[in-house]
Amino acid sequence: MNDRVMKSYRFREEREADWRALDQIVTRAERRGVKRLSDEDMLALPRLYRQAVSSLSMARSISLDQNLLAYLETLCARAYFFVYGTRASMGERIAQFFRRDWPEAVSRAALPTLLSAICLIGGAVLAFFLTLQDPEWFWTFNAGGDSRNPDASYAYLRSTLYTEDTNIADMLGAFAAQLFSHNSTIAVMAFALGFCLGIPTAVLLVYNGVSIGSFFAVFWAKGLGAEMTGWLFIHGVTELFAIILAGAAGFMIGGAVAFPGRRTRMQSLRETGNHAALVIMGAVLMLFVAALIEGFGRQLINSDTTRYVIALSSLAFWLVYFYWPRRQKPGAG
Amino acid sequence: MARRLKPSENEAVQARREALRRREMRLKEQARQAKRIRPLVTPEGAALNLRIASASERAGAFLLDFSLQIMAMIIFSWLLAVAFSEMGFRGWQVAGSIAAVVIFLLRVFYFVFFEIGRKAATPGKRALGLRVAARDGGRLTANAVLARNFMRELEVFLPLTLLVMGAEDDISNWIRLLALVWAGIFVFFPLFNSEKLRVGDLIAGTMVIHAPRVKLKRDITSVDPLPAAEKHAFTTAELDAYGIHELHVLEDVLRQSTPDIKTRVADRIRAKIGRDKAEGEDDLAFLEAYYAALRARLEQRMLFGERKADKFDTR
Repeated sequence: MNDRVMKSYRFREEREADWRALDQIVTRAERRGVKRLSDEDMLALPRLYRQAVSSLSMARSISLDQNLLAYLETLCARAYFFVYGTRASMGERIAQFFRRDWPEAVSRAALPTLLSAICLIGGAVLAFFLTLQDPEWFWTFNAGGDSRNPDASYAYLRSTLYTEDTNIADMLGAFAAQLFSHNSTIAVMAFALGFCLGIPTAVLLVYNGVSIGSFFAVFWAKGLGAEMTGWLFIHGVTELFAIILAGAAGFMIGGAVAFPGRRTRMQSLRETGNHAALVIMGAVLMLFVAALIEGFGRQLINSDTTRYVIALSSLAFWLVYFYWPRRQKPGAG
Repeated sequence: MARRLKPSENEAVQARREALRRREMRLKEQARQAKRIRPLVTPEGAALNLRIASASERAGAFLLDFSLQIMAMIIFSWLLAVAFSEMGFRGWQVAGSIAAVVIFLLRVFYFVFFEIGRKAATPGKRALGLRVAARDGGRLTANAVLARNFMRELEVFLPLTLLVMGAEDDISNWIRLLALVWAGIFVFFPLFNSEKLRVGDLIAGTMVIHAPRVKLKRDITSVDPLPAAEKHAFTTAELDAYGIHELHVLEDVLRQSTPDIKTRVADRIRAKIGRDKAEGEDDLAFLEAYYAALRARLEQRMLFGERKADKFDTR
């Protein structure tokens, strides 16, 4: 038999060592990260990668060994993802997210943010005045057995705003409850539902605004307006801002579907989706912060002035962080 | 070839018909599989054939991940409970809150954490040989991973909540039904497009590909020829009985089947090429020799531009 002179056999014999070397490097990199690769490996990598890729196209035309082809196919794919994959470490990525990506994404989404804010605040204002005129409206907006309703007494309502005996368990409980509260769900949903042209997002935002506005009216009618404001906004600034931003992310996606411009819908969805993801990621973080403030801050701090100070300074902080013009990094797109 | 004997003629025709039917099925399956291939041209100008993961693979990976998440939650809660009771600490409300926070983090960041990682795959995906890739062949960015996983909330957790949500009256039942139908569109979205994209993939510009690690096995033709293998020499006519498909089947047989199957395959091949089993002939040696000869012949023809796809391909 002359199987020794088979072309595909010689082909494999000549290159197999290099393939295995590449395989080893990629495996090591996948397991322990790029930084653990030695300098020799880093130097050898591009050469081995190019060789494997050319081996693959050659093997396709001369070899009928299934196993060999499958091996080269996956080896090249793995090496490709590694060579052209992301290089930044987790830490660098996180740093970049806070330093540049997040505020940039938010400030670029100013228009959807405005729209989202109008939906939420508009709903709140509408419900506030309606409920103020006729407390019966409250029951239209809030079905269910919340004890903070128009029939509650002044003393009771006041007692819900301040905490006399604080303990760590209550605070943690409030923190956890806040994470799971419908607000964080609404934020994520507002984003996810943006897919349907943004209409469900708008409905959700208005609905949420309405519920806040009607509650506010209940306290206002009893003469607790200022106290309620402090109670609500100590964390509400952060939380409502987060919901508005989540809504904005939803509107971005909806806008990308509805008005793709000169790009295809898929393309525009893809590009916008990546920006919107940054915004929503930030919103989730803000909700986390809001939950911390609500769980601990609101119960520890019972002075109206301090509450107002925290609310205003957090508002100032977010506005400056997001919208303060930054120097463009040279070369940064 | 069908033998011209009267009684077996009918049988031979039947067998051939059956073989043709199978071939048709195989070709259809091949065409279906070919649709899953997404060629990706690397900057070096070489084409990589990436295989899109099938919907069932993705569902399997998700179920694995979901069970892992739930297991992690249960284990964590259990450890917490043990730790609390060991230390005689009675703040169960605190424990509940801590558990709730951890569960929240697990739910939101489990997928993100693993997909941002080096393997671009969650443990479930890894187990099934899947990974996430950017659809345009570029880098898979962290943003894309975030986007595709936040959509999961809508695709998975919303329908789940709808399912377990209780309904008080007829109207809310109807609303629930409508919402379920609507959510169903998202859940089953991957079944209705050729790239098996979820809505999250659509928004993030990602796809999930099937790229399992393959081990390079030894070349069958490279074994030192067994003493018996030398005896086998095949004529061109004997080698032209089969095509590439049969060669690949033979490769699979040689690599992974039982001795019993190997014997049967050897008998089939002998019958096909009209050879009798020699005295004391080793089936494995025969198969390896035939494989080597067949591959040499087919590769040679391939170099001349003739791909003999299978035994029905007579050129």
